[in-house]
Amino acid sequence: MLEALKKIFGGSSAKSSDLAHQRLKFVLLNDRTNISPEIMENIKNDIIQVISKYMEINQNAMEVSLENDSDSVALVASIPVSSVKQKNRRR
Amino acid sequence: MSEVIVITSGKGGVGKTTTTANLGVGLAIRGKKVALIDTDTGLRNLDLLLGLERRIVYTLVDVVQKRVGYGQALVRHKKYTDLFLLPTSQVADKTAIDPQEMLTIVQAMRNEFDYILIDCPAGIEQGFQTAVIGADWAIVVTMPEIAAVRDADKIIGKLQSENKNIKLVVNRIRPQMVKDGTMLDMTSIDDILSVDCIGQIPDDEKVVDSANRGIPVVEWKNSAAGSAYRDVVSRVLGEDVPFKPFETEGFFTRLKHVFGH
Repeated sequence: MLEALKKIFGGSSAKSSDLAHQRLKFVLLNDRTNISPEIMENIKNDIIQVISKYMEINQNAMEVSLENDSDSVALVASIPVSSVKQKNRRR
Repeated sequence: MSEVIVITSGKGGVGKTTTTANLGVGLAIRGKKVALIDTDTGLRNLDLLLGLERRIVYTLVDVVQKRVGYGQALVRHKKYTDLFLLPTSQVADKTAIDPQEMLTIVQAMRNEFDYILIDCPAGIEQGFQTAVIGADWAIVVTMPEIAAVRDADKIIGKLQSENKNIKLVVNRIRPQMVKDGTMLDMTSIDDILSVDCIGQIPDDEKVVDSANRGIPVVEWKNSAAGSAYRDVVSRVLGEDVPFKPFETEGFFTRLKHVFGH
């Protein structure tokens, strides 16, 4: 009912201009850095290899992405640690 | 002091040639000596927008191939006698002029004009390189549409890597759509492109009418786009002109559109 009313009065759940803004931000982040999804996947796998030497990580919950802060781009990795390997603990 | 400005966009159909024609006529109205160079070889249109298509004898390609000097290829505007067009060939293709040859011609022409405006072809291939090489700074034309903004970003990146100063012109804005939230607004475009804006041109039917006649809207007193282009001209001349708010449709105009029109 509410949706029907919205349609009649021309409103919609999200403004398409905001959607365009968000989509542009995402696509330009990739355009500008010139990093393909394949390379991102390779970076992710390499990080897993390195971190796994020291810690057990939850690979399925791991996220690696590019994010931008006004004028700089950062590689942000979220790596949930399951446990620290025994031999690396301080005695 | 002469300034060489390239008008570019990446995407086609956003209004590069329209902007070049209006800026050229506008600067001439303000008493400047102006040369417009069309580099869209094979797809030239600047001559049409200026009403000069029947006066072309020689082209930029003839100048490059040293058949004539650039002075012989220049077409003088009928009404504004300090406005000249250097047309390009409609039969050759973009490979007919290489960037170094273009640079030589622009440098030779510099001393003779206050402003040289170079109309760039769409794309990022050789035609772009040729158009950009001789320019002191660039005007990037875009539209409040997702594809046009993306392509503008690409072009801005290319221009920045060549150390060109960049100004933005946003063309064909539909104020009512912006108000309704169905078109990107200037804040969003600014957030994404971060380039100093010198023009916000409303969508205006008169632009089509003016192209039909070969008389750019910048000299039309009753055109919203023409008024916005006059402001762009002032900003290019270094004047600090505030952006005017757009007129959106009032309640009664919208009612008129619903009933009958």
